[in-house]
Amino acid sequence: MTVWPVVLVVGVATVIFKASGPVLLGRSPLPAPLAGVVVLLGPVLLAALVVTQTVGGDGRIVLDARLAGVGAAALAIAARAPLPAVVVVAAAATALVRLLT
Amino acid sequence: MSSEGASYRDGVRASLPIAATVWFFGVSFGLLARTSGLGAVAPLVMSATTFAGSAQFAAASILGTSGGAVAAITAAVLLNGRYVPISISVARLFHGHRLRRLAEAQLIVDESWALSSRGDGRYARGLLLGAGIVLYAAWVTGTGVGVVFGRALGDPKALGLDGAFPALFLALLIPQLATPRARLAALLGGAIALTLIPFTPAGVPIVAASTACLLGLRGRS
Repeated sequence: MTVWPVVLVVGVATVIFKASGPVLLGRSPLPAPLAGVVVLLGPVLLAALVVTQTVGGDGRIVLDARLAGVGAAALAIAARAPLPAVVVVAAAATALVRLLT
Repeated sequence: MSSEGASYRDGVRASLPIAATVWFFGVSFGLLARTSGLGAVAPLVMSATTFAGSAQFAAASILGTSGGAVAAITAAVLLNGRYVPISISVARLFHGHRLRRLAEAQLIVDESWALSSRGDGRYARGLLLGAGIVLYAAWVTGTGVGVVFGRALGDPKALGLDGAFPALFLALLIPQLATPRARLAALLGGAIALTLIPFTPAGVPIVAASTACLLGLRGRS
């Protein structure tokens, strides 16, 4: 039975990862150099998520209908569409291109 | 980096369109886990404790293809390593007893974190926790439905939902690119992730990309 050890270890590791900042750092103000680094975590991690979720595959770069979804989303963002509309446009474009290819 | 005046209700409202997508992915995780031989209870326990889609999909699919426990654990832990830098970025939103901080921190997930961002390194506690609780409920109930009825609900990929997540992250990235330094760091992080995708296990590209934040060590911009 290999399932439960996996559930247990992954669960405990993830709980610790998610709690690491809030439990270890808490509200204490960050030293200035570190604060400059933490401010950049948002743009950097979001950019990495965009890349990996758009073209990430099983150990390789996969170009598929997700690209069309993100492209459509970029147009919707440029047209100042609200966030829910951006998400719906992306899903619709992805589904359409997948249906046609 | 203070908690801007957004309420939990604002977080709930902001999360609803994303919650529908997360729910469908919960359904597909439940279905995949069931067909991979994880049974009915283990997928639910995993969704309730791990609450991170990509790591759970990776672990279930590796177990389903007899990849073994060590491979499944390694992949899932690498995938979730990004929650160390993510949780550091929002650390100041949490207060009270350590156990309370530990419990509330479990509502941190990519989407609740991204929705809570106010740009310039600031995050809103109400948005993070309000969105987090909705997304948690969506993920766990979706998993339950998937374990029991998954086959009847169709494939989230046919609905294009896998294109919705990068679109969400892109929409939330754009307002964060206000300064030249943020643009440079985002470009560098994206490039690191893209370069590493073919060469490393999934998860490593995102963790490695976070080193682009070290640009913030150079004086003020």
